[in-house]
Amino acid sequence: MAAATAEGADRASRPNGLWILPAALMFGLFAGLPLLVVVGLSFTSWDGIGSIEFIGLDNWSRAIRDEQIYDSLWISVLLTVLTWVIQTPLSLLLGVWAAGRQRNRAVLSAIFFLPLLLSTAAIALVWGVLLDPNFGLAAKVGPYIGFPDGNMIGSTNSALLCIVVVLSWQFIPFHTLLYQAATRQIPQMLYDAAVIDGANRVQQFFRITLPQLRNTIVTSSVLMIVGSLTYFETVLIITRGGPGDATNVLPYYMYQRAFQSYEMGYASTLAAFLVLLGTALSLIIVRFSGYSKMRSTLEGM
Amino acid sequence: MTPKKSSPFPFRTMGRTLGGVSLSRRGLLSIAGLAGVSAAAAACGRGGPGDRNSNTIEVWTLQEQEQLEPLENAIARFNDSYDGGDGEDVTVEAVPVNQDNYSDQLQVAMGTNNRPDIFFNWGGGSIRRYVEQDLLVDLTPYLEEDTAWRDSWLPSVLNAGQINGRYYGIPLRGMQPVLLFYNQTMFQEMGQQPPATYDDLVNLVNFFTGQGIQPVALAGLDAWTELMWLEYLVDRIGGAEVFQAIADGEEGAWGHPAILQALQSIRELVDAGAFGTNFSSVAWTSGGADTLFASGEAAMHLMGTWEYTNQLNDNPDFARNDLAYANFPQVSGGAGDPAAVVGNPTNYFSVTRSSNNVEAAVEFLRQQMSSDEYVGELIEAGDVPAVADLTERLQSAPNAEFAIAVYEMVQQAPTFTLSWDQALEPDVAELMLDCLQEVFNGDRTPEEFVEELSNA
Repeated sequence: MAAATAEGADRASRPNGLWILPAALMFGLFAGLPLLVVVGLSFTSWDGIGSIEFIGLDNWSRAIRDEQIYDSLWISVLLTVLTWVIQTPLSLLLGVWAAGRQRNRAVLSAIFFLPLLLSTAAIALVWGVLLDPNFGLAAKVGPYIGFPDGNMIGSTNSALLCIVVVLSWQFIPFHTLLYQAATRQIPQMLYDAAVIDGANRVQQFFRITLPQLRNTIVTSSVLMIVGSLTYFETVLIITRGGPGDATNVLPYYMYQRAFQSYEMGYASTLAAFLVLLGTALSLIIVRFSGYSKMRSTLEGM
Repeated sequence: MTPKKSSPFPFRTMGRTLGGVSLSRRGLLSIAGLAGVSAAAAACGRGGPGDRNSNTIEVWTLQEQEQLEPLENAIARFNDSYDGGDGEDVTVEAVPVNQDNYSDQLQVAMGTNNRPDIFFNWGGGSIRRYVEQDLLVDLTPYLEEDTAWRDSWLPSVLNAGQINGRYYGIPLRGMQPVLLFYNQTMFQEMGQQPPATYDDLVNLVNFFTGQGIQPVALAGLDAWTELMWLEYLVDRIGGAEVFQAIADGEEGAWGHPAILQALQSIRELVDAGAFGTNFSSVAWTSGGADTLFASGEAAMHLMGTWEYTNQLNDNPDFARNDLAYANFPQVSGGAGDPAAVVGNPTNYFSVTRSSNNVEAAVEFLRQQMSSDEYVGELIEAGDVPAVADLTERLQSAPNAEFAIAVYEMVQQAPTFTLSWDQALEPDVAELMLDCLQEVFNGDRTPEEFVEELSNA
């Protein structure tokens, strides 16, 4: 999102470059440096304990021929699309609703946001137990939603959906929070003017709220889409990438190569590929959403 | 994820360990004081090189009460009595590691200069790479020099820890063959006998499905539980040589007809409803299959001997009154010896060459691992140690009947095949488990399984 500041920056006085030093140091030490190491390792063959052997582009050409990567990529894409399609409308509506100042909304919102406080692993462990087909929630609810024997995480088609549901449960509160904050920033006078013009609530939502939330939608989508490339613990704990390879997303495949087959070099290649993919995706979204051209949602006011 | 096998229920053991006596001194230190990055490093790396005392022997073990208590007592005895000779006092210290990521942590530590001195492992594939990197102490000379020490173990089990004909591991706990457990009360009430042959098994499957009872509990979300079926069926149909050839990497070994026949038998069982319809969603770690079996909703369960200890802890009434066990049935016309067993021969302690105190570490294993006190405590905890001439001592075991049955089963077994996923190279094992899971789920045919693994 660096592009956002490049063009169209206004001429208001800004603090000088020194201010970014602490952040840059942190980033360099804990993100930049490891990233460079990973890129370096992607050109080597290393089992984690022996000597590191430079093998040039072998890992990369192997990756191009590795069918599992394409399968995993497809599953990751599916997961990304499904989580976006489910999470965005739900968190948008919830966020707009939660932006109201009524007391019941404040109380309910506080409850909705609870999953934010839990770690991914804890959430996955709890859901793993809930999804037990004989003794879990799956046994009770399954028959009403088309799974008479509760066989949800064990079947190829529904396993991925289970992951999507768990991830949505976990992340919708966060995105709701984004939309709630953004909705509260929309000036009341826009609505007052609309009421005078005779707009009803639905029209207000589509003509004012939604356009004003445009930046937030882009931000939330970037976080969702790039973030979905890193979903890992949920898959590891709930389905172990299975049944077969049905939920073997790219980060899980990378873990398998690194910590089950001990191919650190090849796993680094996959990691580097994920970084490239994530960067490219966020750049594309920012570019085509026109995010970088907007100076402020309050423009034209 | 084979490590889970030796002790299931990570949640239970974790809680117990945290609440119990066994938080290590280092664990307490890092919780109590160390801040920020150093605390994080201590937590993941089990102590940086800085806090490593050269007179300390670190023993990495699983964070599991049953195993930890006898070990810590053995360590206390050793620390009290051992004198390094030149006035240096060597101290042994247990470092319990959460079993869920034990293998990962070990792998990371072995790649650094901060290796444990002694570490828990599963023998076979779990240490072969360390042997190839020349990181482990070859224990053969020690065992040859002290034949009394060598002969204190059951030879088949000690030998199962060999890599390329050399010893790298000393057995540290009980043997864990896989048994066919069944609910004897249910069998008696319904006038059934445990299956002696595969055909009996198929008849039982049809009988129990007719009664509305799931014949066999299976935690199919964890593919290694399904592997036990393949291991035993192949052993009974083709004999132990079939897998030995695969483990030795012989050309075309996966193409042996016994593999295909075993997989077809598995499909036959699945199609007959042997495992119910939703087994592929049942997780081993959350106890799904155990509970199904103990609650009387399933009649049989093919599992390692730890099933008995688990049931004793979680469902004591069921374990005492209903739980019974049998050898895996024979397959008519099969080439395998019906007395042969598969499973985990035992777990081992190995010593790293980089240790500052190799001699003291070996001495610790020599003095303590087959000592009367240690073996006695293992027996008390319900384990069946791999120590020779134990039948008499097992009389005093809490579950003497079960312990003696397991002991004699291994004693009489012509072969003890190590679980395939631990014997094979990790990437082949992973592919095998994935493909096998797909065969069980009906997403892959037996023929496709054979083809896929032959090409691997």
